[in-house]
Amino acid sequence: MEKVMSNKLVIALYVLPSLLLLFAVIYVPIVLTGYYGLNQWNGIGSMTFVGLDNYQHLLTDSAFWQSAWHSLLLALFSGISLIGYLVIAMILSGKIKGANLLRKIYLIPMLLSSVAIAQLWLKMYHPTNGVFNSILASVGVHNPPEWLANPSLVLFALFIPIIWQYAGFYILIYYAGLKNIPETLMEAARIDGASAWQIATRIKLPLLREVINVTIILSIVGSLKYFDLIYVMTDGGPNGASEVMASYMYHQAFRSFDFGYGSATAFALLLICLIATWLIRKVTATSDTIQYS
Amino acid sequence: MKTQAAANYPLGVATRGKMLTRVGYAALYIILIILAVTQLLPLVWLMLFSLKNNQEVFNLPPFALPSQPHWENYMNVWTSGNIGRYFFNSVWITVISVALTVLLASFVTFAITRMRWKGSQLVLGLFMVGLMIPVHSTLIPLFSMFLKLHLTDTSLSIILSYVAFNLPTTMMILLGFYYALPREVEEAAVMDGCSVNRMFFRIVLPMTTPVMATTSIINMIYNWNEFIFVNTFISSDENKTLTVGVQNFIGQYTTDWGAIGATLMISILPILLVFLIMSDRIVEGIAAGSVKG
Repeated sequence: MEKVMSNKLVIALYVLPSLLLLFAVIYVPIVLTGYYGLNQWNGIGSMTFVGLDNYQHLLTDSAFWQSAWHSLLLALFSGISLIGYLVIAMILSGKIKGANLLRKIYLIPMLLSSVAIAQLWLKMYHPTNGVFNSILASVGVHNPPEWLANPSLVLFALFIPIIWQYAGFYILIYYAGLKNIPETLMEAARIDGASAWQIATRIKLPLLREVINVTIILSIVGSLKYFDLIYVMTDGGPNGASEVMASYMYHQAFRSFDFGYGSATAFALLLICLIATWLIRKVTATSDTIQYS
Repeated sequence: MKTQAAANYPLGVATRGKMLTRVGYAALYIILIILAVTQLLPLVWLMLFSLKNNQEVFNLPPFALPSQPHWENYMNVWTSGNIGRYFFNSVWITVISVALTVLLASFVTFAITRMRWKGSQLVLGLFMVGLMIPVHSTLIPLFSMFLKLHLTDTSLSIILSYVAFNLPTTMMILLGFYYALPREVEEAAVMDGCSVNRMFFRIVLPMTTPVMATTSIINMIYNWNEFIFVNTFISSDENKTLTVGVQNFIGQYTTDWGAIGATLMISILPILLVFLIMSDRIVEGIAAGSVKG
């Protein structure tokens, strides 16, 4: 048994192909991104080593910091909406008929491609024929907003479809977490005369803490690296008003052909995501892990 | 339970309590249903305008039915552009990537959870750290690596990237399942003189069919909708997938809303169909893939 299950050749055969791929597509490129950031390079010609110039430039580049601020706003916005999702999941996990069907309906937008969602919402926001402005026009609003062309509106106009897209995902995660809590705990509390509110705040929330921590990390890190919808809907415009970190990186590298600076931005994005994960874990760390099953 | 508690109160209080619960439940239902409608309405609108001509789109209220459905919108976009080609590219790239990912992940997960070797935890850690790496931070080096290997504008570049980036999530879902497999099965197999390969392919792999189905669907949804790799690595129309193809196609038909709607519908219908058939597995897989991290 021992001999068969520690057959080196088989282990190598089973593990190495995937491990090689992991290194070739993820780890080596990560190191290269950091290295490219130390160079001036247009992607085709030869590289010139410039040391930390790109990274220094990044620190004083107001356009980058503006995009970072937009990413942070999205993270805040998604973080706050988690509260709403949690409430919905709590309602759903009570004895509600049709809960199964409802959470499946909520999930549908999450399954669609960002391009399809982006194109659909571009039409929704269309200044004359879109859903919003058609409805506004029919109730007599004469100067409906141009959602995506207005620099002070565009960011929030983009956040709404992003929230719409992910709502079902987080509701599902919370719902699954809530369903994992043994019913006997709630029964016992009810016998002791606890109200629904007390059960929610004193039993369900504490037991859900790990799940909540995971969703906070997912939503914040996901927001910091968000790209698809914004790239398709506004491409960072008008005039940088909706640029986020990932789209800024993409524009530097693949539009301005400044691969060195783009790489420095990409590396900064990686560091920011890792630091954010580490920070949230630090802040939300529980000293005692809850055992209940 | 409830009746017991009610029996302790005078009759009037009990019925008033029941009334309140009923009103409360109705309010909760209304919240849940409003959310469901919000999640679905944009898609209903999309379906409606995919069946309208421009005149109907611009003159009728947004949610009005067309006088007669213009199915020819679908025929036109399918035959006029490359939508058919994009569609089949998406299909075969998705199928190959999913099959490769699930098979490779099964190999590694089996070796890590069932076989005995030094370094198995280190390898597992390497894969799990891969979960936190933003795709965007690897994009520039991947592009230049593929350029050097003459892999840009080939489907291989896409497939390799999909498999590598999906391995960690897939393994994460598989892990719990593999840990839970009973040892006795292996012991019996080894007693009978079964080789590791035979055990893996004849016994373990068939036992993991349900979880393989779950991970396959999650992978399928991800690959079908992926945008940034195809957008960056693929330049010719011949090799584009549906998401990027749709994006370009719509760029050429900015004014024909019916055509745009039909194109978007074609791109999302396969996923919606799969969801209708396998929604339980999808829901379960998404929940498993995110919470257990």
